[in-house]
Amino acid sequence: MKLLGAMMQIKRPRFYSDSNNSVPSEKSPPVSIPADISGEMLDLDEDDDLEVFSKGTSLTDGNSLNPSTQTSPASMINQYKFQEEEEDADAKDLFVTVDNPESHVTAIETYITYRVVTKTTRSEFDSSEFEVRRRYQDFLWLRGRLEEAHPTLIIHPLPEKFVMKGMVERFNEDFIENRRRALHRFLNRIAEHPIFSSGDDFKIFLTAAPGELISHKKQGAGFLSRMGETVRAVAASVRGVRNRPDEFTEMLEYSEAFSQKISALHKVTQRISKEQREYLEELKECGPTLALWSSCEEALAEPLRCMADSLDRCCQETEEQLKHINDELIPDLHEYVLCTDTLKAVLRRRDNIQADLEAKAEALASKKTERESESKVLSLAWDSLVGRSPEEVKQHKLHKLNGQIKEIRDELEKLEDRQEWANNALRSDWTRWKKIMRTDLQSAFIDTADNNVKYYEKCLAIWESFLHSQRAEAEGNKNVDYS
Amino acid sequence: MERTMADSGSEDIAVIGNTDLTPSESQNNVRNTMFEKGTNLLKRMEISVAEAEKRTGKNAVNMQETYTVYLIETRPVDAVQEATSPVPDSLWRRYSEFELLRNYLLVTYPYVVVPPLPEKRAEFVWHKLSADNMDPDFVERRRVGLENFLLRVASHPALSNDKIFRSFLTEVEGKSLEGNRVRDRISSEGIVSSSCADSRIKALNATFRVKNPDKRFAEMKHYGDELQSVISQLLRVRARAADRLYGVYKVHGNYGRVFSEWSAIEKEMGDGLQSAGHHMDAYAASIDDILEEEEHYADQLKEYLFYADALRAVCRKHELTQYELETAAQDLCSKKQQQEELATGTVRTFSLKGMTSKLFGQETPEQREAKLKMLEAQIEEGEELVKERNVESGEFVKGAWADIERFKEQKDHDLREALINYAIMQISMCKKGIQVWNNAKECFSKM
Repeated sequence: MKLLGAMMQIKRPRFYSDSNNSVPSEKSPPVSIPADISGEMLDLDEDDDLEVFSKGTSLTDGNSLNPSTQTSPASMINQYKFQEEEEDADAKDLFVTVDNPESHVTAIETYITYRVVTKTTRSEFDSSEFEVRRRYQDFLWLRGRLEEAHPTLIIHPLPEKFVMKGMVERFNEDFIENRRRALHRFLNRIAEHPIFSSGDDFKIFLTAAPGELISHKKQGAGFLSRMGETVRAVAASVRGVRNRPDEFTEMLEYSEAFSQKISALHKVTQRISKEQREYLEELKECGPTLALWSSCEEALAEPLRCMADSLDRCCQETEEQLKHINDELIPDLHEYVLCTDTLKAVLRRRDNIQADLEAKAEALASKKTERESESKVLSLAWDSLVGRSPEEVKQHKLHKLNGQIKEIRDELEKLEDRQEWANNALRSDWTRWKKIMRTDLQSAFIDTADNNVKYYEKCLAIWESFLHSQRAEAEGNKNVDYS
Repeated sequence: MERTMADSGSEDIAVIGNTDLTPSESQNNVRNTMFEKGTNLLKRMEISVAEAEKRTGKNAVNMQETYTVYLIETRPVDAVQEATSPVPDSLWRRYSEFELLRNYLLVTYPYVVVPPLPEKRAEFVWHKLSADNMDPDFVERRRVGLENFLLRVASHPALSNDKIFRSFLTEVEGKSLEGNRVRDRISSEGIVSSSCADSRIKALNATFRVKNPDKRFAEMKHYGDELQSVISQLLRVRARAADRLYGVYKVHGNYGRVFSEWSAIEKEMGDGLQSAGHHMDAYAASIDDILEEEEHYADQLKEYLFYADALRAVCRKHELTQYELETAAQDLCSKKQQQEELATGTVRTFSLKGMTSKLFGQETPEQREAKLKMLEAQIEEGEELVKERNVESGEFVKGAWADIERFKEQKDHDLREALINYAIMQISMCKKGIQVWNNAKECFSKM
């Protein structure tokens, strides 16, 4: 534990970011940070956290990165919220689309790239329109970076990696279209998020030429620091968190329950799709059978043909209705199934942060105890042998302990701030996520209901016109004398 | 709703665009136009199969069996109209008695396309319906089918006047032997004409070739084959489609359950989800009624599936008649030839007789005389028979063709109505769907 703490000490002077610290500070800082502060802050780079931190604040004391002296995490979050409201009030100023999938062939591999078009009025962008091509791996990279930078913020999921399941090919049209749609949504969600969208990673993703992007990617957190992160995370989760606040336990319980429900809905919808498909296959045979029948008949030939025609048209409508379920409702639900994984991961990370804090507090307590007992201990014979006076030795030890205690206390403070920041970030993002989830799912269901209504309306029209044609004919025949 | 297959009334043309059932369409007791223009019998008497009941009794091999009996009610028409209807005459009969009646009609009126009975066993079943003869839905549909059968027979110009049929409708014997006497009469009548009927029926099943087939009948038989094949296929496809559609609707019920569970963990969304869930449940439940009604139209198709069989039977019987005529004519021809040979002494064709007489000498003049006399008698008989058969055949063709024309008209009318009623049913189903999903949409909006 101590070792890890020490590692953290060395590698992460900033308490709230777990990565991005190997980037040299020559890198231009985010525009909104005053230059003098960026100089003072250790290893400052394009960390987007700082956006929140610095916007609207007047940090006169550049030295104290420790926000507890200057602005409390709570006020930071207030700024976050304020910013969010501000953004809500403003019109959307960044529009991004993902389209035009194309196959890209190299000697080693074949892959698909998508065109990403950005239109924006934001000042931090050099121009107002950008067009780049990106592949799935690039999206994965972006999301990974965001995750590293914001462990307790909720990032929209990416479509799944290709898994050899059933007969879906990697280059199957439907698969590609579904993925494109999901990537489009992903980018839009990032663009709408106040923190994610103002980071450099996002900007570079949207604007950089391929070579630029590759070199930028290489500057990401090194392997060792990522290893360190993973080791810490594992250690923390093994340790477990002791006193999780109720509100986060509630969130965890909600995540579990929501995960179950959304998975169930997804499964039910898949089942409906399957049954509908099979129904459609059977229905498709009715028309031809009736047409065959009509070829044996005389007077009945016309109504039978009409009915065959009506049934064929109903089949087309059914096909379209099914398409909506497969292309829209099912992917929409699936995205939220993936979301639940994100929720759980975010809660876990928050727990880990708290576990770290608890461990550090324990370390402090035990050091203090050590100091207590040390001050009462008589010197050992050994020391007198070595030639030092007992009092000297004791003082030496106490001095050392005090040093350690001060170090630990400093670390503890940083961890406390980190914890508070993480908790607050999670809290607001949670509320934000729930709102978005509600809107997303609501509109998905409304669209489906709408689609079904349209389906029935179209079929109704088909049958009404059949009826009309038959009754009109019967009207004509009515005068035939049957006797 | 009690509705016989022959009920319709859609000749009541409503305003264009109005797709609701017209008042006459929804009435239970409006007769098929074919019935109305029909027979004396129907003008005087109202016939219905009102109820079905389970009975147990001992069968022919003295074992306990359970069976269903159906109540046939008849009532004079004027009494109904005056609304002073006395208690109708009624008697109970079981399905096998109907079968006996129909077989009798088949044999007695070979040139008639005899109306079919509802199916003996449930076929073209989709999974929800049971194939069990005791199932109440099956019994109910059979009751309707039997009533339809009686009405069809009663509306047929020839069949409705049959005495056995009349007795079948009204004759009640002693309490313990209900309808026995009629059954016996049917059987005995059958036996009387059965010697020719039996051989006829046997002949029907045998293969025989007719030298000069009547083209019209051959075409009709082919049509019967095609009709049977295409309706079978349609019924099979329909059953499978019904099965699938049932699945689609029922799975939506799961939405109801999950929405309800989900609403328990949400604060703002809860109410909207809950009420949307209820509509999903309603949607899932609605398929039961829809498919039950659809079964009705399947039954109409089935009736004509079996009618196709009856049509083919008439064609086969015609072939048999033709065959018998040709056989008689051929016999006559060969007898005349023999006569000629004997008379002139010339052997025109090779025959064993000719050979033996060559080898062993001719017969005596007396023998020849006797033979000639016999042949003459046979030829006379033969000529009579041929004349008879010719007349029979002519009458058969005339009667059959008239009945086939009648049948064609009826079929065209009935099936066209069936198609229209199917469309009406689909429209009603669409309207329900629109309503449910609009309701659900409203609930989702409140989420």
